[in-house]
Amino acid sequence: MSPLPKQVLPALVAPALALAFATLISALVLLTSGADPLLTFNSMLDFGVRPDQVVNTVNQATTYYLAALAVAVGFRMNLFNIGVDGQYRLAALLAAYLGGAVSLPAPLHIALIFLVAMAVGAAWASIAAVLKVRRGVSEVISTIMLNAIATALGAYLLSTWLSVPVAGSNNIGTKPIGFSGQIPGLPFPGTSNRIFGLVFAAVLVGVGYHVLVSRTRFGFDLRATGLSTPAAVASGVHVRRMVLVTMGISGGIAGLIGMPQLLGSSHSYSLDFPAGLGFAGIGIALLGRNNPIGIAFGSLLFGFLDQSSQILDLEGIPKEIVAIMQATLVLSVVSAYEMVRRIRLRQQQRQVGAGPAAAPPAPGAPPDAGRSGSGGPA
Amino acid sequence: MTPSGTDFRRSVSTRLGGKNTTAQATPARIALLVVGMLVLLAAVRAFTGAHDVTSSGTVRAALATAVPIAMAGLGGLWAERAGVVNIGLEGMLILGTWFGAWAGYQWGPWVGVFAGVAGGCLGGLLHALVTVSFGVDHIVSGVAINLLALGLARYLSVIAFTGTEGGGATQSPQVDEIRTVSVPWLSDWLGTMEKRQWLLASDLAGIVRGLCTGLSLLTIVCVLLIPLSFFVLWRTPFGLRLRSAGENPAAAESLGVNVYRMKYAAVVASGGFAGLGGVFLSEVASSIYREGQTGGRGFIGLAAMIFGNWRPGGLAAGAGLFGYADALQLRQSSAVHALLLFVGLLLLALMARDLLRKRWAGAAIGAVSGVGFLLWFALSAEVPGQFVSATPYVTTLVVLAVASQRLRMPAANGVPYRRGEGR
Repeated sequence: MSPLPKQVLPALVAPALALAFATLISALVLLTSGADPLLTFNSMLDFGVRPDQVVNTVNQATTYYLAALAVAVGFRMNLFNIGVDGQYRLAALLAAYLGGAVSLPAPLHIALIFLVAMAVGAAWASIAAVLKVRRGVSEVISTIMLNAIATALGAYLLSTWLSVPVAGSNNIGTKPIGFSGQIPGLPFPGTSNRIFGLVFAAVLVGVGYHVLVSRTRFGFDLRATGLSTPAAVASGVHVRRMVLVTMGISGGIAGLIGMPQLLGSSHSYSLDFPAGLGFAGIGIALLGRNNPIGIAFGSLLFGFLDQSSQILDLEGIPKEIVAIMQATLVLSVVSAYEMVRRIRLRQQQRQVGAGPAAAPPAPGAPPDAGRSGSGGPA
Repeated sequence: MTPSGTDFRRSVSTRLGGKNTTAQATPARIALLVVGMLVLLAAVRAFTGAHDVTSSGTVRAALATAVPIAMAGLGGLWAERAGVVNIGLEGMLILGTWFGAWAGYQWGPWVGVFAGVAGGCLGGLLHALVTVSFGVDHIVSGVAINLLALGLARYLSVIAFTGTEGGGATQSPQVDEIRTVSVPWLSDWLGTMEKRQWLLASDLAGIVRGLCTGLSLLTIVCVLLIPLSFFVLWRTPFGLRLRSAGENPAAAESLGVNVYRMKYAAVVASGGFAGLGGVFLSEVASSIYREGQTGGRGFIGLAAMIFGNWRPGGLAAGAGLFGYADALQLRQSSAVHALLLFVGLLLLALMARDLLRKRWAGAAIGAVSGVGFLLWFALSAEVPGQFVSATPYVTTLVVLAVASQRLRMPAANGVPYRRGEGR
């Protein structure tokens, strides 16, 4: 998988252009609403590099990173796990409940919470996998439905069985996890905010993802299935089992998304637990082209935009400009990747057409183009 | 979406003469089904005393909840019939609510309708540009459009609504109401009939009265769009070309159809329908734009369309069903409990039909689930509201799991298409 230097540059040009385009669009939106784009971006930058905001950015990015990895595993074999959102919320709720209900020695306590979260995430994702392999139901549709069902189920469980009232507010949440189930944060110079201890776990999951996808037989089968299912079947890949296992892994990682927040700061799952991370994860996975390093950059960028925009409300500019920027970035980056892929394809075809002497092999789509490769020549 | 081993095996097994006992949905059968359901519903209403099950108020509320779902579903239908999956319906719905309220409060509700439709069309145009022209995966584009529309609506609300009368960062000022109409004497006469609580007669009166009393003109427009969509898509040359782009674009191209243009038209129209559903939410179902107003109705619309097998009539039935469950919950949550009895009896009826046809597996499932619902009815006092809000999604999953062989989506749905690269 080590890319040649010749291929690295174009791979970076597309996201850079997309970022420039997204910034331009955001600037135009700001201009039409009467705000000065340069001043806005400047104050975001100033605010975003303050130590406490750097910590918040890293924390936010940790969660995003896990969300994007959960999505990316599926993407590598053209499996669309839109249901990461429901999987992590249900997993965090049940793990928080169990973690609050028991009291164990620290490593066991934490291991139990992790295990429950991953198991719940994997189990919820497996419903979609089973429906796909047994009944041929598209995982896109079933995971969308399962997201909504998870929302309803979570709200029901939280409001009836699993919650205790949070003192001094209308909020309800699970019983806080005891000290043995908490993971302390890391200090950072210049601020009292602490970096989630689980940032290391996220890095480990990233390394594990890389090893699994790029260095194992399973990962080879995964990518082969993603590039061409018929070819993979012909070479002996058991696609149904691949769907089941991959969806399970994706759901398992999804189960971890809520952990940094749960074990690192809130210690309880309540009504205001962050939602929508699964959809952000989809965008970040696309931004990073399902590559663990690329996803890390994407997560940091999204986290930075989220945190640095907090200052804007004070300046009378709606901070939602960042949501517009993020969505534009995702749309333009996937469009840019697709255009680059087509241009390369055309060049290859031209080279092949020019004569056998100058012809490098033209194997079709580049390996990491996500699902967009399916539009290429058969 | 992508052809997998399972789909292949399935298509082979049906071609080799697998059991296909699908009954044709003739008008007579549908009428029989509707009458049967009505009798059952009336009996349940009389037995449980939950009069809101068939009251005109519930039916009217159900119509108002069903319309936005149906419009989102129509949006899905138009796009997917041309082969473009539109997960971005939710976002286009949001654009409809926002632009509808924004133009509506300033220049009157009907201007708002056009603005909302235009806003939805813009979302559709973006989706078409990204998926058709740039060839990006449809799901990816849809997810991004949902995020974009959410952010845009929030951003614009702060700019446009703060400081206005009754408006703020999360909601718009009041929009004037669209005129409502009733069928003059029929409505009153049905009202007296409904109050008598005669079995069946009063139920029928309640339902019909709900459908012809206090109707917003926009409701009528929206409902008429369903048969109109059927006519345009299935009875005109344009519709045939549009659907051919969703079934086999390469063949359509070889016959001289401009597939790109068809897809663009379909996806822009799709956004327009979703936008109309959004306007309906902000102008008829309520009279302001509120953040989070759509509440996943774009996805419910998608579910209704799948439930309805990618057909206008089916999606209307799906939207009606999901809207009804929602409306009943809002009006009288105890009446939802009576529905458990209805569903249980319905499942037992299905079991009886399977028994007659000697389909033992189906009968067993029907019996177990039917008895399960009856037990649930007998042993509980109320259905939690969250279960009701999950109904559309669970129903769709069950339909997909049980009847996926009978569902048939457009053959080239979700497949990226490039001109001149047909296989």
